[in-house]
Amino acid sequence: MLLSTHSQTVDDNYVLVASLDNVRNLSNILKAITFKDHAIFNATPNGLKVTVEDSKCLQANAFIQAEIFQEFTIKEDSVGFQINLTVLLDCLTIFGGSTVAGVTTALRMCYNGYGYPLTLFLEEGGVVTVCKINTQEPEEPIDFEFCSTNVTNKVILQSESLKEAFSELDMTSEVLQITMSPSQPYFRLSTFGNSGNAHYDYPKDSDMMELFQCSKTQTNRYRMSLLKPSTKALALSCKVSVRTDSRGFLSLQYLVRNDDGQICFVEYYCCPDEEAEEEY
Amino acid sequence: MKFRAKIIDVGCLNHFTRVVNTISKLTKTCILRLTPGNLYFVLSGKIASGGVSMWCELSQANFFDEYQLEGVAPEANEICLEVTPENLSRALRTAQNAKCVKIKLTKKHCPCLTFAAELPTLSSVSRVVTHDIPVDVIPRRLWHDFKEPSVPDFDVSIYLPPLKTMKNVVDRMKNLSNFLVIEANLNGEMNLKIETDLVSVTTHFKDLGNPPWGDDGSQGRSHSRDPELMAQTRVDIRKLQQFLMGQQVNPSKAMCNIVHKRIIHLILLHEDVSLQYFIPAVA
Repeated sequence: MLLSTHSQTVDDNYVLVASLDNVRNLSNILKAITFKDHAIFNATPNGLKVTVEDSKCLQANAFIQAEIFQEFTIKEDSVGFQINLTVLLDCLTIFGGSTVAGVTTALRMCYNGYGYPLTLFLEEGGVVTVCKINTQEPEEPIDFEFCSTNVTNKVILQSESLKEAFSELDMTSEVLQITMSPSQPYFRLSTFGNSGNAHYDYPKDSDMMELFQCSKTQTNRYRMSLLKPSTKALALSCKVSVRTDSRGFLSLQYLVRNDDGQICFVEYYCCPDEEAEEEY
Repeated sequence: MKFRAKIIDVGCLNHFTRVVNTISKLTKTCILRLTPGNLYFVLSGKIASGGVSMWCELSQANFFDEYQLEGVAPEANEICLEVTPENLSRALRTAQNAKCVKIKLTKKHCPCLTFAAELPTLSSVSRVVTHDIPVDVIPRRLWHDFKEPSVPDFDVSIYLPPLKTMKNVVDRMKNLSNFLVIEANLNGEMNLKIETDLVSVTTHFKDLGNPPWGDDGSQGRSHSRDPELMAQTRVDIRKLQQFLMGQQVNPSKAMCNIVHKRIIHLILLHEDVSLQYFIPAVA
């Protein structure tokens, strides 16, 4: 096979090799977290975690488990580097990211360790593309200290229902206010825009609501500009878990099913808007 | 000077529309040369157009049911016009299901190509949409700029891969770099390469085949060439992208001739239409 002969020379020194029969299983999920150029890659024997951050207020993580890959070999406990995500995505979709059935791009990704570029071998229909993307020293991702024991409220929704709400959100509003409560209105999204205020309420016994665990009424505001990138993840996902902790931090976890029916997770953390809190 | 032509057949009309659309994607203005046998869309490699030149040749008999031409003089039985292909394309868009389209060179407030499309009606009253497209008549003394370019004495000639694949690759490369190196050898291999501070990308095509050029000159240099040896040219990636973007039909033959470090010459053949496109090298 083409790919293997090409990569023979690099294989000797690699610290990480990952192969996919269908590159979309990686590129699609990375698209869900592409809102800044720089991404921190962290590979462990469990798989790959990719982190993107904005303004120290927003963090997105994509997890691609080792099982998703046809081959996932790692020689160290943890391999980390930083890379330009936009460039990586252009490389991964070099053949156009075709959605035609039966036409897939195969990927072999190799990394030789600190200071080396990330090398990609992509093949579609006998045409091979080799990409070498320079890597940088990984920064330490921010720890949002969002821990499940501090979670006050949690709902799990079918993404379908949130997609509708998000597509109709009043983007002239600077913030999105999320209210979660054990009593009415249970789960409410509010915007305060040029043309007035809008509220979306989800009853807790709705078919769309898979889980409703709210212990305390909580109202928090989040910058619309920070939440906007998460709609990319929403669009791909089939379920979403919305959680807030005692500090008002928001966690959005998206369950994404790939072309082969396997499940991956994308997660967004967002800080609450502080000014808003004083008003309440 | 007189020119009038008529298309009735809807197949011919669609075909002509596709050609004009393709041209309009390649250039803002170009020369339309009309001769008794052929129509030519010509772009000569001026600095303003980035040194790109184009030559598209159509045999009039394959498109027009009527075609009358009286050139500027009996010994120069041709008309040379500067046109905006986008305008032609827009006029043809309204003529999509016309019963017939008449094209005429007219003198209104300025010289115009008048497109009159007769649209189908249910009543007895006819519906005609007319577009007057301003053109510039090119005087004879400037005609020498618009002669058919000769096939350059290339180092390597190669068939192109499916244009759609090539377009996808070039589109992505365009996001990463402004320049692209295209290289090919006589072993049917072609590579597209970019290199920047951030990334280097090379796409390898193989088994493309090399066109057999006859003994009529122009293949001189490639005769005794090492089949593995690459000839390469670095070009402005936008020019190549433009060429690939314009393609509305998969041509029956697509070829690329490379003059090492000087120019690439792209040729598309589709039935009775041939399109040649020249992209000069950049340092």
